[in-house]
Amino acid sequence: MDLALLRQTGEHRWEIPMQGAMRVPAVIYGSEALLRDMDHKVYEQAVNVAMLPGIVEASYAMPDAHWGYGFPIGGVAAFDPDAGGVISAGGVGFDISCGVRCLHTGLARADIMKVQRELAHELSRSIPAGVGSTGAIHLGEAEMDAMLAGGAAWAVKRGWGSAQDLARIEEGGQMKHAKPGNVSPRARKRQRDEMGTLGSGNHYLEVQEVSAVFDARIAAIFGLRQGDIVVMIHCGSRGLGHQIGTEFLKRMAISAAQHGIHLPDRELACAPIRSPVGEEYLGAMRAAINCALANRQILTHLVRDVFRAMLPRSELPLLYDVSHNTCKVEQHGNRQLYVHRKGATRAFGPGHPDIPPALRDAGQPVLIGGSMGTGSYVLAGTKESETLAFSSACHGAGRAMSRHQALKTWQGRKVVDDLAARGIIIKSPSMRGIAEEAPDAYKNVSAVVDAADAAGLARKVARLEPLICIKG
Amino acid sequence: MPWEHYEHEADIGVRGSGATKAEAFEQAALAMTAVVADPVLVAPRERVILGCEAPDDELLLADWLNAVVYEMSSRRMLFSRFVVRLDGRRLSAEAWGEPVDVARHHPAVEVKGATYTTLRVAPHADGWLAQTVVDV
Repeated sequence: MDLALLRQTGEHRWEIPMQGAMRVPAVIYGSEALLRDMDHKVYEQAVNVAMLPGIVEASYAMPDAHWGYGFPIGGVAAFDPDAGGVISAGGVGFDISCGVRCLHTGLARADIMKVQRELAHELSRSIPAGVGSTGAIHLGEAEMDAMLAGGAAWAVKRGWGSAQDLARIEEGGQMKHAKPGNVSPRARKRQRDEMGTLGSGNHYLEVQEVSAVFDARIAAIFGLRQGDIVVMIHCGSRGLGHQIGTEFLKRMAISAAQHGIHLPDRELACAPIRSPVGEEYLGAMRAAINCALANRQILTHLVRDVFRAMLPRSELPLLYDVSHNTCKVEQHGNRQLYVHRKGATRAFGPGHPDIPPALRDAGQPVLIGGSMGTGSYVLAGTKESETLAFSSACHGAGRAMSRHQALKTWQGRKVVDDLAARGIIIKSPSMRGIAEEAPDAYKNVSAVVDAADAAGLARKVARLEPLICIKG
Repeated sequence: MPWEHYEHEADIGVRGSGATKAEAFEQAALAMTAVVADPVLVAPRERVILGCEAPDDELLLADWLNAVVYEMSSRRMLFSRFVVRLDGRRLSAEAWGEPVDVARHHPAVEVKGATYTTLRVAPHADGWLAQTVVDV
């Protein structure tokens, strides 16, 4: 990105002043080095988002921002329904409520290393992953409705987890005001056999070690100590969410003109929050959020079964579960806003009533997934993030290289062998998938996290390094 | 080249070209299959009938690719031969393929949907070009 196009307004804050049809400025957070490496498309997309009706304050991009569809990935934008604000199916994207959850295990590295190979094997056998995989749970119409309305709370009722889990999930594990009736037969059909599946691409399940603690006070509140073993799960709303995204993208692209909305990019397809299609999407999208929460809850149950069988003294309570691709109604100042986060994490600061009481003094856990070889991070929301970007932070490393280029650059087998030499076991049905997800195809996650911390978006708490990675 | 992939930072672009618009649509679908697996490995054993409709060529291309995504996802199949017929803004098609066989197809990644990013249907050289980015 050409920095001459930006006005630096803080060490890690860069502003694109209002110009043309922009209704608000655009703000990108990151270090100078990260900004220089960002694709110019991030600039264009952040500017385009700033043109949408009813946008409040600014169109934001997080330090991991990269070229997305319509919104940049790493984009945050809030809309005021009282000012003609919109809801955008393109802004939420196809993988509605894709997110990450982190489980404690009560184990140490030595416990895992004794059974590392067998544990990797059992996890890869028990977690359906990759193209064409199916889960063991098949939902009829009535159960599908219950799942879409109940989310993780539905899964817990079915015996997959405990009430304690629900307290550690955004929205208490159940997105309210979901409308299962707004979910089409095609979206339901895509999900029929996909409950409890990991998916493919950048989705994964990892067994990780806490390799560094940066904030001892918050780490203690989160229950993380150096050397602890945790499990991280990254996946979303599977075929159901993808189909809802597809259907409403088209409907909103067509209806935008009828609503008098000029779309600078068709992918920004949106509708007024207060319109029939806007309200219909909101109900369907919330049902898809519940689908993602239920899916991660079922995967958690499968992981617990494997650990219980192999490591009987392990317990896997949930630290926290965050969603990346959502639009949520939140109170900011004296306004109720519709906050879109596309590849960005909600990051409420200490004291926020939506944080579970046991964690409230620390701020909301922000779980940052890295790439296969480079490690992940746990951060905590800050008070100042509220004024910086509606309490939002980055979500991952962000790609630095296209899949196309990655495939030309690496061989899957070599990536697996190189990581094995570093003590990391990778299991995947697809060597080509591994090549496309090679660690070096991603930005340096540490640089992204350092920038989020320095910008004040979230506070760095702990670093996690993988020992086992199950890829889709 | 009748189909090819092109760069997108997070995902991948699919591009088809042909003497007619319908042929370009067929090739774009083949390019999308190639995001998942090598089409040469997919035997065109079973036929699936598809159809869609949209107000302009570009939305029709995205709709067509998304119809194929839906069939891949809900039937757990891959397709290696497409026959597209266009009647104004209405498309009817046959897709030929077989159920996913992980050992034989080595599928890399599933396609979540066809986006409108870099979406384009236009006359090109002596024929037509049809392209967009797919989300994986």
